[in-house]
Amino acid sequence: MQPILKVESISKFFGNLIANSDISFSVNKGEILAILGENGAGKTTLMNILFGHYMPDKGNIYFKNKPLTFGNTGNSISLGIGMVHQHFTLADNLTVLENIIIGHKSLFSLDLSKKASIEKLNSLIDKFNLPINPNAMVSDLSVSEKQRLEILKTLYKDCELLILDEPTAALTPQETEALYKTINNMVKQGLSVILISHKLHEVLSISDRIIVLRNGKIAGEQLTKSADYKSIASLIVGKEIQYPKKTKSLPLNKILKLENIFYETDLDLDVKIENLNLELSGGEIIGIAGVAGNGQQNFAKILSGHVKPTNGKLFFDNKEINTFSAKSFMELGIAYIPEDRNKDGLVGDMSIWENAIMTETSNREIVNNFGFIKSKKSKEKSSKICQLNDVRYQSIDQPSRLLSGGNVQKLLIGKWLNRKPKLIIACQPTRGLDEGAIAAVHKMLLEARKNGNGIIIIGEDLDELITLSDKICVMYNGKLSNPLTSSNIEKLKIGMMMSGEGF
Amino acid sequence: MINFRLEERENRNVRIQILSPFIAVFVSLIISCFFIFLAGVSPVDSLKELLIGSFGSRNAIAETLSRATPLILTGLAASIAFRAKFWNIGAEGQLYAGALAVTFFGTGLIELPSILMIPFLFLVGAIAGGLLLLPLVLLKNYFKVDEVVSTLLTNFIIILLVSYLLEGPWKDPMSLGWPQGASVIDQGVLPQIVARTRLHLGFIFSILFAMLVWIILSKHLIGYQIKAVGYNSSAAKHSGIPVLKTIFIVALLSGGMAGMAGVTETAGLKGYLTLDLSPGFGYAGIAVAMLAALHPIGVIASGIFLASIYVGADAMSRSMNVPSYLADVIVAITILCVLVSLVMNQYKFKFSGLKK
Repeated sequence: MQPILKVESISKFFGNLIANSDISFSVNKGEILAILGENGAGKTTLMNILFGHYMPDKGNIYFKNKPLTFGNTGNSISLGIGMVHQHFTLADNLTVLENIIIGHKSLFSLDLSKKASIEKLNSLIDKFNLPINPNAMVSDLSVSEKQRLEILKTLYKDCELLILDEPTAALTPQETEALYKTINNMVKQGLSVILISHKLHEVLSISDRIIVLRNGKIAGEQLTKSADYKSIASLIVGKEIQYPKKTKSLPLNKILKLENIFYETDLDLDVKIENLNLELSGGEIIGIAGVAGNGQQNFAKILSGHVKPTNGKLFFDNKEINTFSAKSFMELGIAYIPEDRNKDGLVGDMSIWENAIMTETSNREIVNNFGFIKSKKSKEKSSKICQLNDVRYQSIDQPSRLLSGGNVQKLLIGKWLNRKPKLIIACQPTRGLDEGAIAAVHKMLLEARKNGNGIIIIGEDLDELITLSDKICVMYNGKLSNPLTSSNIEKLKIGMMMSGEGF
Repeated sequence: MINFRLEERENRNVRIQILSPFIAVFVSLIISCFFIFLAGVSPVDSLKELLIGSFGSRNAIAETLSRATPLILTGLAASIAFRAKFWNIGAEGQLYAGALAVTFFGTGLIELPSILMIPFLFLVGAIAGGLLLLPLVLLKNYFKVDEVVSTLLTNFIIILLVSYLLEGPWKDPMSLGWPQGASVIDQGVLPQIVARTRLHLGFIFSILFAMLVWIILSKHLIGYQIKAVGYNSSAAKHSGIPVLKTIFIVALLSGGMAGMAGVTETAGLKGYLTLDLSPGFGYAGIAVAMLAALHPIGVIASGIFLASIYVGADAMSRSMNVPSYLADVIVAITILCVLVSLVMNQYKFKFSGLKK
């Protein structure tokens, strides 16, 4: 078969950092190639070179047997390379059609010739079965519709090779299924697809071939037919991964009870929280499933004391809580692992040890009676936290932003576990982490559960929630479903609930 | 168009980092020569005069150091605030608030022996400067009023208040019609530390305060919290650091330092409050802090450096007959050069040729 894209020994350096080293591969016509790898393995750099954002330091790329001009996005697009970024690049205040013809017409052309465009768009919609209303405003579209629009945008520009970056990150299982159908359909019509993803089972179910990158090099290449989950996961990390096992749950006393919690803000965009009821015992994990933006953020903020509910009662350890502040909740024994670990978790420009003691500022071991920080003690304590939780670093004095995502998360969870909390609120605890780090985070959470902690995990990754949780509730439009217990936990059913069934 | 991008440096050379401000100052003086040349005089002679005027004699040195005193204090004010990303542009107003406090308490209302009177005046000056900032913190927190605007505008309010008081109720009847306040009582006047010069005890105080601020910022919990709030207030809040309280402390410390600059000028240099007490020390303090990369000990050096340029440029303009505004030009060029050097310390420029 004739390869449509040939990448020949591409290398890219950032200073001393080797982002891509001697990477060669090819994509055939009508093939789905998945590229896997940890964060920092070089996937994004490689795609940015392909799409013309970066100039490689070495190597050549041939597209349809013609060499690609580097560093020129326009050139890549006009040759027929399309890319759908993880974060959409749409203008919310324009219609679907306008978004598609943006950048396609000269700024000075007075005639938008919408008629011809609409005809072409409709034929594409039919051909690839991507239903969308050309006159709808983008701000009114759902996430999956926006994604469809992004794909249509590339097809409109006669794309022959489509790069999808984490396409299912924000989709429900049903929407994911639909996307797969679309991708398969496109491939049948002769398109080629490069799929970048973290989700291993997805890649295994849809791709034809898998390339694994590690440390900027190709670590392995396999036909999907002959690949299995474990071997690919080890290939990504470079070693065997030990997945933690969930032990039988021993629910202890109740530690958290929510009664008819309501929360409203005057912000239009905020989802109202309506009538939440929940009970959680020690030694129990409740997973909160739902598509992002259904009120999970405010729910987490209420649970961690960052906002006060407008109505309703919250009981912790059988006592009603009336003071809502991050600090008082922290002192009650509630640990909050925020979703955005770089923005809300660690202070990247401060050292590892300074971050590790940030929750300990009223601890006399760390701060003396006059308010001076005992740096030696603090560093000792911090190294202990790091050692215990397998945080890998060069120096305890290095800024924490130099840590990899997995180590950041291990440090963040570790510093909270060190406070011996009773309740842990973890939002998307493994988002964007590689398989090795995911296993480590799961281990920490299951360990805490074994020690009698109550844990609430708010997440989008259903597989993860199902593996970890004892019960699962679905959040939709600010409402919470009744908890599903283990016998009732079914991926398909949860998926239906995530798109609003039963609410 | 020239096509270049900034790439972060992996290994920062410590020696170059220490040397870089000096290189920047050197480069800025060379650029300044061009403007001095435009003014129609010899750049070399002018810079010589500038140097002699600022460090050439005992008197010149004393004058430079006494000019540095309020600059160090307002520089500390900016350093503390900017570290917490609280953009206090109002040191000028806080300086005058401190001066008002000195005039209110120090001109006869309270009489104490010198050893108590001087610390007392510093205390009331600091409190006045700090209190001026507190309502602005509340405005920022509850009504999202940007502090750059509110602190800047407060300057004008305070200066107009000073003007009203000096033209009206607080006008010293002994001043022969000049708008100035009553003299600070003898016990409150900061004594000379070098005989027959204007260098007064305030300079020593400013050095001590710089060291104190350094210790607080680097070793104390307050400094730690300021750093965390400044770098990432959201993460600080999530870790239980009281962000609003920290900003309050920052406001008190920052306003306090600026207020004390008003104390040194009123009780030290002049002996009474005037309308031209500060030729923009509050604003120059921002430059001092930037030059020092917000480091309190660096503020001492950069305060003395900027003072020497102001004092030296005065001398230069007298002897070479060029406008003393050149001092402002030189200071501005120096700051730009130092800022560029700070960027170059962090990043390297990578040129990738000309773009079509």
